Amino acid sequence: MTSARSFQPQTIRTISVQAALLLTIALATVTGCSHKNKTQINPASLGPTVSTATTPAPTATFSADPLAIDLGQSVVLNWRTTDATAVSIDGIGKVNANGTQTVSPSTSTNFHLVATGDGGTVEANVRVTVRIPVAPTVPTDTTNQGSTADMGSDAVFHQNVADMFFDYDSYTLRPDGETSAAKAAAYLVAHPDIRVVLGGYCDDRGSAEYNLALGENRANAAKTALVNAGVAASRVRVVSYGKEKQFCTDEDEACWQQNRRAQFSLDR
Amino acid sequence: MASTNKDSSHAFTIETMDSNTRTLRQHPRLLRYPVVLALALAAALTVLVPRAEAQDNIFTGTNSGAGSIRIAVADFKPLAADAQTIALRQTFDATLYADLASAGIFDIVSKSLMPSGSPGTPAEIQLPGYANAPASASFVAFGSLTVAGGRLVTNGFLFDAKNLQYPQVLAKQYNEEPSEDSSRQVAHRFADEIILRLGGGTPGISQTKIVYVKKAGADKDIWMMDYDGANQHQITHLGTSAMSPRISPDNSRLAFASLGKYGFQLKMYSLLLGRYVNFPGGSGSGASPAWAPSGNEIAYSAAPNGAFDIWIADSNGNLARRITSFRGGNVSPTYNPKTGDQMAFISGRTGLPQLYIMNSDGSSVQQMTDGGYASSPSWSPNGQFVAFAWDRKYGPGAPGGQDIYVMEVATKKWIQLTHDSGRCDFPSWSPDGRHIAYADSSDGRAEHNRIWTMLADGSQRRPLTGPGADMPNWSWK
Repeated sequence: MTSARSFQPQTIRTISVQAALLLTIALATVTGCSHKNKTQINPASLGPTVSTATTPAPTATFSADPLAIDLGQSVVLNWRTTDATAVSIDGIGKVNANGTQTVSPSTSTNFHLVATGDGGTVEANVRVTVRIPVAPTVPTDTTNQGSTADMGSDAVFHQNVADMFFDYDSYTLRPDGETSAAKAAAYLVAHPDIRVVLGGYCDDRGSAEYNLALGENRANAAKTALVNAGVAASRVRVVSYGKEKQFCTDEDEACWQQNRRAQFSLDR
Repeated sequence: MASTNKDSSHAFTIETMDSNTRTLRQHPRLLRYPVVLALALAAALTVLVPRAEAQDNIFTGTNSGAGSIRIAVADFKPLAADAQTIALRQTFDATLYADLASAGIFDIVSKSLMPSGSPGTPAEIQLPGYANAPASASFVAFGSLTVAGGRLVTNGFLFDAKNLQYPQVLAKQYNEEPSEDSSRQVAHRFADEIILRLGGGTPGISQTKIVYVKKAGADKDIWMMDYDGANQHQITHLGTSAMSPRISPDNSRLAFASLGKYGFQLKMYSLLLGRYVNFPGGSGSGASPAWAPSGNEIAYSAAPNGAFDIWIADSNGNLARRITSFRGGNVSPTYNPKTGDQMAFISGRTGLPQLYIMNSDGSSVQQMTDGGYASSPSWSPNGQFVAFAWDRKYGPGAPGGQDIYVMEVATKKWIQLTHDSGRCDFPSWSPDGRHIAYADSSDGRAEHNRIWTMLADGSQRRPLTGPGADMPNWSWK
């Protein structure tokens, strides 16, 4: 009976504490009476307001043991329902009103039970966590193990996320940089598992130490544009390389421009 | 600034120069004082500013207007004829001569003008032969050297050539393991004794070291060498990009920045323990460390919050506190080694990076340059000057070169030390304040950088390393 009370409609909880308490007691009393009245009380004496007593809402308890397993182990699902005419569990199908089932999920799973009766429908959930060992080798494309596989390939990444280029001694995003930032942000928002490193680079003129600050500012300008476009700041790691890692080494403007950039790469 | 400098200095240039030269002429013994270089540089500053503006290449002696001490360095006498003695004597003679020639305070008598022979003892030397023309030496350094009983025994003397009654200024004996390196070190020690006696009480620098960055393939590690370029050896083996080595005032530790997964961060290497020691630089980038003269604090630039500012921590990397708070990048701090109360640094707060000074608590910020592209300041040991690299015509397509400049802090007057020799950077003062080491790439390409030294007036430039060496930092002693 106590378990049944915990599956009362959720709207009760939104009422203030006192009201919820009173109502819960009242309903428990009512349903309690409805079970006993078969032998002791004439239902007609309770008046027309107790129509729910004739078709009580179904109740359900749903548990799993254990709640967490290692990959390959099995778990026992256990459910009890009352006043339900049809009970089903997603992924398993129709089941008896009360029962157990041994399952062996390959990933962490939310088991969802729906009990339908004349008095309405009630749902119950239980989550089984599956601990997946981290693969010691580089995950292949076909599996979805670990966090690295979620990022997709470098090629796809660079098709959608383009480097941003800067004017000489400047860390202000140019219009083409704004365009790149908007496109990159859209891609990153659509692929929330991707984390990126934003490298700040400078051409090889000027001071090595000052260029570290300039590279930091360039990468941060790009990061700010992404964050403003909705990318979580925690997904973007900034590293300034200054003039230490040159893309090309020619002494002309074409090459210098290539080196004055904020460069994206996957933060694997 | 340049134009006001030019105009304002011109009016009293002559007067200043006259008073300086007169003082020096009337009191030649001023040479014995360390202020001579400062006076000479101050004179050079006032004289040279207008002419530097006119793009003249002016090379003056360190003691311009004051004359150097004329000294004869006789070849040491080998007391044995074995091959080892002959070889070590040759190393000793060459090292001693180079030390004295590069000291910046001597006018060395050409060997062809000296009496023939090698006097090995005071009894063997004929002083008038050195004192009279054409040698005309004021002092003579001489002595003997031999390998005997498995030891290298060196006797060195310094005589006043014009004091026939009591000529001896200095007599030293050295007893070391016989090796190429120890004969060089003995020569350095003897040279430092001579420089200490004749150079106004300022210790010589022959035993100082220079740490620097050496590029090998794609990697840059920290190396160390003697002040004259000898004994080049690798210190770090990180196999990544290291930069900005700074040796501690007591020569015990080496701070530098190194590229890792999280960007450039500070690292500390103990030269006594021969290994890295913990230095918590905090999160984010860290770069360009600088030791306080006490050795108890390190200033550096770091960007834990995304923008480079100057921070100060204790020498173990703890108690970090931020000193500057301006966007645009604040890097390359250098303490005033005389007081420790001020530092110079580079900031891009007004656009292109400029030279600034401030108190070490971050107060009283003062802009020292207002044009071009300034970088890599180094504060002189006497506290009077800041050397830095400056490209006064920096800009896209603008002609101009990055050269080494020296600015007098009190007046903001500057002189240009290098001219048209390529891209110069990273000046670093020697502890005696008479020399500056710097990096110079003749064609502007980083991989062609060599480390050079010159006197603090820009004369006597000579390379210490081959290509691929950068960012020199002179030890404090």
